[in-house]
Amino acid sequence: MKVLVPLKRVVDFNVNIRLKADGSGVDKTNVKMSMNPFDEIALEEAVRLKEAGKADEVIAVSIGVEKGQDILRTALACGADRAILVIAEEDVEPLNIAKILAAIVAEEKPELVLMGKQAIDNDCNQSGQMLAALLGWGQGTFASKIELADDAIQVTREVDAGLQTIKVNLPAIVTADLRLNTPRYATLPNIMKAKKKPLDITTPDKLGVEVRQRLTILETVEPPVRQPGIRVTSVAELVDRLKNEAGVL
Amino acid sequence: MKVLLLAEHDNSVLNEATARAASAALAIGEVDVLVAGENCASVAQSAATLSGIGKVLLADSPPFANQMAEPVADLLLELSGPYDAIIAAATTNGKNILPRVAALLDVMQISEIVEVVSPDTFVRPVYAGNALQKLRSDEAKKIITVRPTAFEPVASGADAPIEDISSNVSNDKSSFVGEALTDDSRVDLATAKTVISGGRAFGSKEKFEELLFPLAQKLGAAIGASRAAVDAEFAPNDCQVGQTGKVVAPDLYIAVGISGAIQHVAGMKDARTIVAINSDEDAPIFQIADYALVADLFEAVPELTSKL
Ligand SMILES: Cc1cc2nc3c(=O)[nH]c(=O)nc-3n(C[C@H](O)[C@H](O)[C@H](O)COP(=O)(O)OP(=O)(O)OC[C@H]3O[C@@H](n4cnc5c(N)ncnc54)[C@H](O)[C@@H]3O)c2cc1C
Ligand SMILES: Nc1ncnc2c1ncn2[C@@H]1O[C@H](COP(=O)(O)O)[C@@H](O)[C@H]1O
Repeated sequence: MKVLVPLKRVVDFNVNIRLKADGSGVDKTNVKMSMNPFDEIALEEAVRLKEAGKADEVIAVSIGVEKGQDILRTALACGADRAILVIAEEDVEPLNIAKILAAIVAEEKPELVLMGKQAIDNDCNQSGQMLAALLGWGQGTFASKIELADDAIQVTREVDAGLQTIKVNLPAIVTADLRLNTPRYATLPNIMKAKKKPLDITTPDKLGVEVRQRLTILETVEPPVRQPGIRVTSVAELVDRLKNEAGVL
Repeated sequence: MKVLLLAEHDNSVLNEATARAASAALAIGEVDVLVAGENCASVAQSAATLSGIGKVLLADSPPFANQMAEPVADLLLELSGPYDAIIAAATTNGKNILPRVAALLDVMQISEIVEVVSPDTFVRPVYAGNALQKLRSDEAKKIITVRPTAFEPVASGADAPIEDISSNVSNDKSSFVGEALTDDSRVDLATAKTVISGGRAFGSKEKFEELLFPLAQKLGAAIGASRAAVDAEFAPNDCQVGQTGKVVAPDLYIAVGISGAIQHVAGMKDARTIVAINSDEDAPIFQIADYALVADLFEAVPELTSKL
């Protein structure tokens, strides 16, 4: 069975972003970019399925600028067998991402797509659900545990009230939450080996997908900043101020 | 504009997130509420009391029992005809179901709005809330999830009509196996007036519970946690506050032994008063705390509990 793993290149989660003064968005010049953390987790799970003999091939795919090759090489070093880069603008909307991925699914015919639950830049949390809808497949989102059987996958999901377990028939989409696993690091020998693994480059055009952005971003601004607070020197002072100043006790 | 609002519930109780999402929905147009579930008539009755809504559609049928995304999305698609917008609270159900509806309708969803500027223009946080994006949607139908903490709940007291709807929607793609829900006698994190959150510094589940539970009890507070504390199993997953956990906006938020990573701050920076207790005077959490106490939590927390 083939597993497809879509990976997004995003501003590294440790970076404190800066906004452009004209409100046109985030300043990405000289900013460290990395694989979206949830996608690292999805990839790790796919590689573990392969190592357990439950998957034959892990295909990593990224949609975005030329530089997306970097995260795909990392994915290959972490155990993906081959990679596909779909060259497109940065920040393609989830609906377009889902359409491009649906076209790749039609070509590659994976039985499982394992992806991140959310890109940490746009915080959309949509692409997996949309892809499932376009393909007419079932979905297991926010997964913290999966168990693969012959014709179905059991997914334990992190939901507002705790954990929910569902069974989704294959082929299926699963989106990874934080506690699905702890991803490995790429080792130097594996990084060297990854250079020889295939990385194909294509475009939405070649896949027959028209990329049309639907939302118009009018401006991107800083959120209101909180006024600096005060240091209290003791628990007694804290209690006093919460009672008499903040009025919250 | 006609809006269909998907109710969040557990077949017996209407979640307050719905009344909050209703505020956003009413800022967009006339609102009907859909209650999809099984044996959920009591939920429809609660929904009918939401001020300002037109009517409640009740789809009471086994495929909807567990809010599985596939059948509920199909139902919304079936009902979407007369509506210009479909809205849900950005709960795990809303997040799971609505993008599926959006793709079936070939429109882009707008996730977790915090403001309705006009019926086609919205504000939403991106980059863990480090930026606010104002955007316009020219889509024929708007599919929107709403961050509940950003809107006040609408009042109750209305008596809207309830309309039973029958649907042939079935589900051949997924099935419910079971759930392990966290003790629901706890104060609800999403709506609590006071939240006390603990971080990695507690070191063990035993210490986390021994120190935080009595304090929470005295304050009538809900328990929250950082990702590190949840990963270490000091607290269950549904306690995680942050970018990818729950977003809370209580009157009082007390962060204990939490460093204040942007991903955590994303989930609590709209609290009215923030208290941080941390032994490191340079901890980033102090940059957003109204009251900063540099102290060892193992001493400060029991002292705080005893002084209340
Ligand atoms: C994709 C992604 C999503 C994430 N989503 C979330 C999220 O939703 N929510 C979230 O919380 N995190 C999230 N994180 C993790 C986040 O980046 C931090 O790693 C996490 O919040 C740290 O938890 P912490 O503050 O408990 O631990 P630490 O950062 O280890 O901080 C512990 C703090 O305790 C203090 N301390 C130590 N001993 C004592 C003592 N005796 N008394 C008092 N203070 C003490 C230390 O000074 C330190 O500041 C996410 C990360 C990623 C990559
Ligand atoms: N440009 C992209 N290239 C590849 N995968 C993507 C891209 N954008 C989103 N995804 C996948 O979709 C998931 C959810 O993204 P989003 O819906 O944007 O929050 C991510 O975790 C990725 O797995």
